[in-house]
Amino acid sequence: MDFALFLGCTIPARLTQYESSSRAVLERLGVGLVDIREFNCCGYPVRNASFKTFVLSSARNLALVQKENLNVMALCKCCYGSLKKVDHLMEENASLRKEINTILEREGLRYEGGIEVRHLLSVLYHEVGIESIKEKREKGYEGLKIATHYGCHALRPSQVVQFDDPVSPSIFDQLVEVTGAESIDWATRLECCGAPAWGINDDLSMDLTRKKLGDGKQSGADYLCVACPYCHIQFDTVQKAILSQGGADHRLPSILYPQLLGLTMGIDRETLGLEMNQVPLGDIAGFLSDERSAVSNQLSGESDR
Amino acid sequence: MLFPIGLYGALIIFGIGLVYRISAWFRYKVGINAERISASARVSEAIKGILLALFSAKIATLLRVFFLDVVLQIRVLREDYLRWFMHICIYGGFILLLLMHALGNVVTSRLFPSYFSTLNPFMFLRDLFGALVIVGLAIALYRRFILRIPRLVTNAMDQYAIIIVALIMISGIALEGTKIASHSAYKRMVEEYSGLVDEDEMRSLEAYWVEAFGVVSPTLKGPFDAETLEQGREFHEMSCVECHSRPQWAFTGYGVAKIIGPVASWIDRVNMPGVLWYIHILACLVGLAYLPFSKMFHIFASPVSLLANAVMEREKSAPANVATRQAMELDACTHCGTCTVRCSVGVAYEEIPNANILPSEKIASVKALASGKELTERELRIIQEGIYLCTNCYRCTLVCPVGINLQDLWFSAREALLQRGYPEFLVLSPLSFYRGLMREDLLQRDYGEPLMRAREAILAECDLMKMRDKAVPLTPADRGFQSGLSLSAQASTFSVCFGCETCTTVCPVVGNYDNPKEALGLLPHHIMHACGLGVRDLAFGSNMLWDCITCYQCQEQCPQGVGVTDVLYELKNLAIKNVKEKMIH
Repeated sequence: MDFALFLGCTIPARLTQYESSSRAVLERLGVGLVDIREFNCCGYPVRNASFKTFVLSSARNLALVQKENLNVMALCKCCYGSLKKVDHLMEENASLRKEINTILEREGLRYEGGIEVRHLLSVLYHEVGIESIKEKREKGYEGLKIATHYGCHALRPSQVVQFDDPVSPSIFDQLVEVTGAESIDWATRLECCGAPAWGINDDLSMDLTRKKLGDGKQSGADYLCVACPYCHIQFDTVQKAILSQGGADHRLPSILYPQLLGLTMGIDRETLGLEMNQVPLGDIAGFLSDERSAVSNQLSGESDR
Repeated sequence: MLFPIGLYGALIIFGIGLVYRISAWFRYKVGINAERISASARVSEAIKGILLALFSAKIATLLRVFFLDVVLQIRVLREDYLRWFMHICIYGGFILLLLMHALGNVVTSRLFPSYFSTLNPFMFLRDLFGALVIVGLAIALYRRFILRIPRLVTNAMDQYAIIIVALIMISGIALEGTKIASHSAYKRMVEEYSGLVDEDEMRSLEAYWVEAFGVVSPTLKGPFDAETLEQGREFHEMSCVECHSRPQWAFTGYGVAKIIGPVASWIDRVNMPGVLWYIHILACLVGLAYLPFSKMFHIFASPVSLLANAVMEREKSAPANVATRQAMELDACTHCGTCTVRCSVGVAYEEIPNANILPSEKIASVKALASGKELTERELRIIQEGIYLCTNCYRCTLVCPVGINLQDLWFSAREALLQRGYPEFLVLSPLSFYRGLMREDLLQRDYGEPLMRAREAILAECDLMKMRDKAVPLTPADRGFQSGLSLSAQASTFSVCFGCETCTTVCPVVGNYDNPKEALGLLPHHIMHACGLGVRDLAFGSNMLWDCITCYQCQEQCPQGVGVTDVLYELKNLAIKNVKEKMIH
């Protein structure tokens, strides 16, 4: 089970803990990762200005994956959405495909379709499976309440991205619950984090973020859990800016899913980069229960035999 | 007589050039912060900073970086083995030639009192070093002109660098080769060193050199009898061997001598070795005099860049030193193209033909800006677009073999450009995410202005938006506009909108405002309707377009299957294209 790992631009530059924690978790779960150094931006940031550049960017990445005869896994939901969208466009629109391939052929590349584009969460859910994750768990959370944030570009447009049921998705909740935490129900769980407006209309962006933080907090969450660098930076770095502005205190730290999962697997805090989060996570490890781990170890040990 | 004049002339130009170029490190201004600091303040801060670094624990870092990154060039090795080998060949071979051969009388003869350029190991080493440079040059040519690395740009300066080094090397090897074959050079040596007077003796020595060492004699041709050769060999051992190793050791020159053998007499007669000597010396002097003004100046600037970036800490460095470092980094660039090859958005250049997208080309524009050169509005806007089309992924900085902090350069230059007042429409894209994260580093006034300006410039092109009562003439509908929404199949779906307002109802942006029409202008369902009516201005002029967070709620929930978000995306494309076209004309 090997995937080309698509990191995009934001993670290596501003959220290295997402990469290190994902690699650690995936290694434990036996998912092989291949790095393709020639990858470029997925095109998401230029889509407002140039549709063709957007398509070309993702198509080049898909062509690189195809050349290696692999499937691709993105950690970023915006990268995922872009790769999915372009995969879809290249399939349905023959004239666009021809035009883009003409450009790609200048550097000996071509995309003919047929690559599986996955997100970290879909790989964990569909390829690894809840049961296998459970087996690798050494400890479990107890009494930890998580506000699970899906992220727009993984869910919608559902016809294109095909991540989960767009109205009542459950993949991410199940993945959170396999750690022993409770994935709470909250009204804005499928809404935008506010990141796409950050830098363009910061007031709007912070309004959207505040709304989600407030809702998560009021619904009883201890943490937000995300699996996208934009969402995380918004809930982390931008939350920090919001908190420094004062006003109602909706402090709700954000944790990346592989960080949350990694702790239950006994992966060290440094690899998971827990201290790198801007809004401190506090004592999340305090929710981990060893007793439970003994039981689950026993169980998994038995099932191995 | 000519040689010393040429040498001192070249050295003077070189020295003046060096001072001029280094002074630019304190004169050139990259970005707004640099504008506020005087050159003299920068000089004194630099001296202070350098002394502080030298007399602290940082000296260990400096030594390590000097050895690993400057001498061994590990950063190049990490990126590309072939390029590392190429550069080590050229720079290693050339420096060794410079020290051992060009400065033979100054350096080598002091270290090795027995130094004779015609004696081994020196004779062999000179050719070995020369061969290294030639191998390096061949790889450079292969990389630049045959390998066709996507988006790697070769400019006139790169060509000059290859040509001047090639000229020095090829003329040197040709000079050596023609001298090996040259009968007059042989004669000169015999007269000076052998002490032979007898004709027969001289003939046998010459026969031996013709036979064994590639000298081409106009009078003597082989085959020679064994006795003559044996006698010649004895004279050779008596008179020559102490100061002259076998020319075969000078393998490149010897090869040339063998190749030119049939015409060597003619070459000697027209004094080709003399001509080649002039070419060789002239090429060296031109290379030396022009060095500070060419890309070869990186020989000085690149190590400084590596060392400075190794010990300068982002938060703690004095602003004056950051300004100096950034100006210096502009000179450190070798135009190797690593940044461009690895650039995350380099591929955009295939669709948007603006060379400033490519970091290796962008840096030349930043240099023009920093020097205070007068640029036209058009040029400035092209540079601005290129600099803004960057995801700030840090890759260019990580891979730069000479350690230039390119990302910081872009950031400084970008903000200074944005403050010049020309609207940049890419600020209305997620490319601004990084700028938002950096907003604390910017003045509050400076931060919001470019965003407002871009929106206003787009609005200014939408005449209908300026009408108070919004009584809009609906005929004729702008069919060109409607058919322009065709980049993807989704975009034409606006035509099936029946105005149920679901899109607007579910839009979190609309939901964020008490009075959405005031904040956003037209709302999503209005915009779909405006498309249906073919009223372009209303579709382009709404804030809704730029405040759309592309969460796809509208599109997902539309009962008619209208690709609302995709339509908005295409409207954004068209609005930017429209305003850019108008501004250029």
